[in-house]
Amino acid sequence: MGLREAIKAKKFIVTSETAPPKGIDVSGMLEDARPLVGKVDAINVTDLQSAVMRMGSLAGCYMLKQLGIDPVFQLTCRDRNRLALSSDILSASALGIKNILMLTGDHPTRGDHPGAKPVFDLDAVQLLGTARNLCQGRDMSGNKLKGLPDLCLGAVVNPCADPIEPELIKMKKKIASGAQFFQTQAVFDTRRFGLFMDKAAKYNVPIIAGIVLLKSARMALYMNDYVAGIYVPTALVERIDNAPDKHKESVNIACGLIDKLKDMCSGVHIMPIGWERLVPDIIDKAGI
Amino acid sequence: MIVTRKKEIGSVLDMLKDCKSVFLIGCAQCATVCKTGGEQQLCDMQALLEAEGKLVTGKAILDPACHLVKVKQLAYQNKAFMKNSDAILALTCGDGVQVIKDGFPDKMVLPALDTLFLGEFERGGYFSQKCVLCGDCIIDKTDAVCPITMCAKGLLNGPCGGSKNRKCEVDRSTDCAWILIYERLKASRRIEDMERITGPRDYSLQLKPQKVII
Repeated sequence: MGLREAIKAKKFIVTSETAPPKGIDVSGMLEDARPLVGKVDAINVTDLQSAVMRMGSLAGCYMLKQLGIDPVFQLTCRDRNRLALSSDILSASALGIKNILMLTGDHPTRGDHPGAKPVFDLDAVQLLGTARNLCQGRDMSGNKLKGLPDLCLGAVVNPCADPIEPELIKMKKKIASGAQFFQTQAVFDTRRFGLFMDKAAKYNVPIIAGIVLLKSARMALYMNDYVAGIYVPTALVERIDNAPDKHKESVNIACGLIDKLKDMCSGVHIMPIGWERLVPDIIDKAGI
Repeated sequence: MIVTRKKEIGSVLDMLKDCKSVFLIGCAQCATVCKTGGEQQLCDMQALLEAEGKLVTGKAILDPACHLVKVKQLAYQNKAFMKNSDAILALTCGDGVQVIKDGFPDKMVLPALDTLFLGEFERGGYFSQKCVLCGDCIIDKTDAVCPITMCAKGLLNGPCGGSKNRKCEVDRSTDCAWILIYERLKASRRIEDMERITGPRDYSLQLKPQKVII
């Protein structure tokens, strides 16, 4: 089932994520994606995540589509002005891509080309509004389009942002601008996620909780120190640290989180960050 | 004020490598406050250049250097010195350098400073940027915090989600502008100003170079 159909059917949504290569050797990306055909509703293709230069999301999405996977085209505001963003939305739709996830994007200084000019001509709220208007047949200047894109528009939210109120205000603006689903930052603290859901449930929009595969205690501590809105509880840090088989424990932790989140939200978005091969196992074990 | 920083002396000497004689010009306003182009810095520059074997033909401080009429007056008064100067070294902002060139069209005018930003003087030696001169001020809606300047991404509709411990993802010593805006608006019971969607900016208002007749 594709993402839009899964949302419509109100089934528990399962999405995953892949990053295009640095270069054009897509064999690994496609090899990891192939076992997920029929297992996930969609796979996100990241757009130069962490501001690191790679092959583009649009090409990656097209290749996944050829495999029979419904791709989610991640589109950030970092590298393109309104002309390029609008044009890429049309290009994606012309290639048969049905879902676009709109994000602000990490700042170029965080990546491997720190001297790049940061664009941010639009923000994520304005980008969503632009995409919705394109779907309704008008560009940002009000000009009519010949042939309209038909897209399922998504956005991101950080359920553990502190303070949470500005994040919720922005979430509301994203919904008002056309967001039809949300994928979240990685959740490790299900209690805090629950508090977020208590506030966000009233928006009545599908919220897909982010699951990042925990690989090591070092990774957990790094995220706690540097990544916004992520808090890995000490118990989980110790579990992965003490585990003789990290892969196995990572799968167990992910399944444990999914089990707790299952009744709280509309789905899960599994971000394997290099451990793509574990995703089918997680889906099987979690029974989703 | 316009905040400036001294260029490394090596790069100044490199600019002046074919010049034997130099006239120095500073500015009595911003560059004096920044201690980059005031009287003391002109004296220091003179000593440095003389130590390198250059002849300093004269020194002047304009008040301010970005005032064409004043630059032209200086040019008129210093005709004789100028004849003997291979170049003018301007210890002023980039605007000052260009206005000085307009007043001395036959001379080579070189920048001794890097021009950083329009900012506030917090205390001795501490300057911070508050305005990027965007041409369409919106800070009535953000309780006097400019998101175009204070948010590294210039976002107009709320935080990017990258802040950690209330600090910006780009510089962990800088407050997240949108958390600041949220808190100020909340304190003044004006949260609805943040809930309103702000449309895209009109960058045609910032086409360069700008001219205005007031």
